[in-house]
Amino acid sequence: MTNHWTDIKNADVILIMGGNAAEAHPCGFKWVTEAKAKNKARLVVVDPRFTRSAALADLYAPIRTGTDIAFLGGVINYLITNDKVHMDYIKSYTDMSFLVKEEFAFADGFFTGYDADKRKYDKASWEYQMGADGYVRTDPSLQDPHCVWNLMKAHFSRYTPDVVEQICGTPKAKFLQVAELLASTHTPDRVMTILYALGWTQHSVGSQIIRTAAMMQLLLGNIGRAGGGVNALRGHSNIQGLTDLGLLSNLLPGYMTLPGEKETDYDQYIAKRAPKPMRPGQMSYWQNYGKFHVSLMKAWYGAAATKDNNWAFDYLPKLDKTYDVLQVFELMHQGKMNGYVAQGFNPLNSFPNKAKVGAALSKLKFLVIIDPLATETSEFWQNYGEFNDVDPARIQTTVFRLPSTCFAEEDGAIINSGRWLQWHWKGAEPPGEAKGDPEIMAGIFLRLREMYKKDGGAFPDPILNLTWPYKVPHEPSSEELAKEYNGKTFADQLDPKDPTKVIRKAGELLDSFAQLKDDGSTASGCWIFTGAWTEKGNMMARRDNADPYQNGQTLGWAFAWPANRRILYNRAAADPSGKPWDPKRKQVWWDGTQGKWVGSDVPDFKVDSAPEDGMSPFIMNPEGVARFFARGMMNEGPFPEHYEPFETPIGVNPMHPNNPKATSNPAARVFKGDMEAFGKAKEFPYAATTYRLTEHFHYWTKHVESNAIIQPEQFVEIGEALAAEKGIKAGDKVKVSSNRGYIKAVAVVTKRIQPLKVDGKTVHHVGIPLHWGFKGVAKNGFITNTLTPFVGDGNTQTPEFKSFLVNVEKA
Amino acid sequence: MQLSRRQFFKVAAGGLTGSSLVAMGFSPTAALAEVRTFKLSRTTETRNTCPYCSVGCGIIMYSLGDGAKNAHAEIIHIEGDPDHPVNRGTLCPKGAGLLDFVHSKNRLKYPEVREPGSKEWKRISWDEAYGRIAKLIKEDRDANFIAKNADGVTVNRWLTTGFLAASASSNESGYITHKVVRSLGMLAFDNQARV
Repeated sequence: MTNHWTDIKNADVILIMGGNAAEAHPCGFKWVTEAKAKNKARLVVVDPRFTRSAALADLYAPIRTGTDIAFLGGVINYLITNDKVHMDYIKSYTDMSFLVKEEFAFADGFFTGYDADKRKYDKASWEYQMGADGYVRTDPSLQDPHCVWNLMKAHFSRYTPDVVEQICGTPKAKFLQVAELLASTHTPDRVMTILYALGWTQHSVGSQIIRTAAMMQLLLGNIGRAGGGVNALRGHSNIQGLTDLGLLSNLLPGYMTLPGEKETDYDQYIAKRAPKPMRPGQMSYWQNYGKFHVSLMKAWYGAAATKDNNWAFDYLPKLDKTYDVLQVFELMHQGKMNGYVAQGFNPLNSFPNKAKVGAALSKLKFLVIIDPLATETSEFWQNYGEFNDVDPARIQTTVFRLPSTCFAEEDGAIINSGRWLQWHWKGAEPPGEAKGDPEIMAGIFLRLREMYKKDGGAFPDPILNLTWPYKVPHEPSSEELAKEYNGKTFADQLDPKDPTKVIRKAGELLDSFAQLKDDGSTASGCWIFTGAWTEKGNMMARRDNADPYQNGQTLGWAFAWPANRRILYNRAAADPSGKPWDPKRKQVWWDGTQGKWVGSDVPDFKVDSAPEDGMSPFIMNPEGVARFFARGMMNEGPFPEHYEPFETPIGVNPMHPNNPKATSNPAARVFKGDMEAFGKAKEFPYAATTYRLTEHFHYWTKHVESNAIIQPEQFVEIGEALAAEKGIKAGDKVKVSSNRGYIKAVAVVTKRIQPLKVDGKTVHHVGIPLHWGFKGVAKNGFITNTLTPFVGDGNTQTPEFKSFLVNVEKA
Repeated sequence: MQLSRRQFFKVAAGGLTGSSLVAMGFSPTAALAEVRTFKLSRTTETRNTCPYCSVGCGIIMYSLGDGAKNAHAEIIHIEGDPDHPVNRGTLCPKGAGLLDFVHSKNRLKYPEVREPGSKEWKRISWDEAYGRIAKLIKEDRDANFIAKNADGVTVNRWLTTGFLAASASSNESGYITHKVVRSLGMLAFDNQARV
């Protein structure tokens, strides 16, 4: 979230789209009702189903799954053509006046540079025109046809209300009602927030859907403001933390990235990630990348990371491509992987195309499961009849299952969607011989290190030199680990303003990432967390819930990264002169007498940079401003374009009916064999989407008695019209099949799913809750990901769980 | 005379009349009004955070056991933390069932192994588990570690074993997991954020 949960109460309009907060995040959703009750806020829900969130909405619009770019693109077009943009905001805080290379173009569904054989773009033309002064050329008069504003206007002009209705199936009048309400927040005194979740990420165009939403929010001037922002409601309690800590194939902690194999030169590796400002007077905060990186390598490798060995640059593995889970299971399926460890993760249930995932696991030599619960993955080799029809004798994988603690049995911090690092305390011992995850990692690692010490082996250096300063080596404590990621200094740190003063003595914990150095004198395991555990103590354990400005910022509760800042980009809450856009919604502002930025939040800005210095609010971007034009950062284009899901119920992209290669995301990666496994509407005519229920959490709570009682058995939802067509009554057992397999479940026949008119055809949706499996105390059921396609988003490779095709028949 | 409520009914059913009980100095009204002591008053309160979705609701866990070295704490009740600025004491149907997650009969208790082709689990010691896993990891890493790519560039990567990390585990778990996994040169590494 750019903002956070309690901040939702500051909104005037709330858009829930690509999520269902009332069902999936109930206690956070309370702040929506708070805004409605106390702030006269209006709630808009756009969803294929009339969800629990929709039940409380002031305005609900149905939409066909996977068509959100067309809908939001339509809103953008509405805002521009009806002059409902916050012009003062975008003029100063976005790239609208930047000039793009003249050769950049978009035609027939492709941007310039497309290679159909490789399914990839050469992105050379997706860049700015650079001036002789080394800065981007701009045209503040907005007359140049190559300025971002004019390119964007032309791009979205195609998304008319009629096109929205044609693609999304949303009745035009309903779409216009929504557009009008969202547009009402373009004035400085009104703000809208967006709440989304996996309903936006789990598409082959997921990242571009979210970009479209961010562009809409920029046009309305709603980024950086209390009650505004683009807010990802994340799925797990610490998925934010694990992302922040970089536990992804291509990342390092704090959104740093691993080097690619072409990046053999250390200085170039750093320089590429530490861009110089692209406009005069801008901060471009990533210029400090080297400080964060060297501090990380000192935290991990201590004395073995020296200036002479480029801070152990060779210890880092170099990427030839991204090894996301779809790539890894593809390799496993090809028999190219031998070992796999699943720590608190149930991939058999969580990844698409269960048949492929199960077959892939069967080819492993060994699988290690670390989990508090008996997961399906740990028993992928066991026969559970129709739910998992395998022959154990034919599966030669050795499977280890190690019991781990649950939340109640450990100390530590987890990070909620609002970026709050909240500390929790152990209340009981784990059952049996279960151990905490750090202890298990230490157990395996110390044994391995012993073997490398004794027998040698492939490149043992990083293993032998990994810092391990823990008082009890086989049981690193949460406190020790938290202090390590916070960071410390090896040398006295002097005050930059007064070098006669020592602000931190050698050996002390650091207060802020601003103190990190690239000379090896500081260590920090995750720079964005610096400040979480300082010499003053554990900031994550703070419990002061005072809210002096009554705007929900509670700066004394826990610790928010970065720097305890609650709303990102909050400099944009004030106008270019430093005054709040809305005097009733004061957040941070320039105090001329003190010569600094002050307010109810920690300013996301150089605190002493006066407005007349001209520094722009988006300090992490080298441009200093927010980007409508994504340059080469997205794989399928610098502007979002509607492409159909890979399994499309209409078989054509109405935006590009004459170019079949532009039907679905032209830059999405599709493995051989998976393209063939996509179903066609002729055999599988219904648009299916998977989702969660308020009574269950993923695949855990089927192990929990109270949840199993309130929601015991697997079901699917179908609309009354489809049920009548198929002769299905509520309570009938139905078989739902895709081109990859089938599930059987009880039919819930509902008014909540209505047929939509799309491109002249009737499209029915089938809703598939995903909580069942063959382990647990609820009734056993089928793994819903038996049905889903093995293809991901063009940038993140997040699987397209939300849009695929099925057939439904009476079982 | 000390009678529990159950004993009182037994005694009453046995033929003694109320008046005679009163005569014996026993007041049934007082006995009936005596409630069990409030169970939570003897518990230890521990602050925690709900492990399910990303709202991060504050919870209070109540456990029996006084914290003494030999006393085993047992959690008997979990409820929302009223001081928490987001959930203000409330919990959803998932959070309200947390106690049953802690005590689920499907909690794993011991390290186990399923041997190739076998239909069943076999309990093993942590020592055996660590030893066998470390050996398998080392064998695979030593056999398949790529120090240099085809162009002779140092890449120091290991692709034949992968790791999925848990996005419900703590920052501290995540941090040390990342530290260990990268030191091995592993790239096939993700957490739930990928899906």
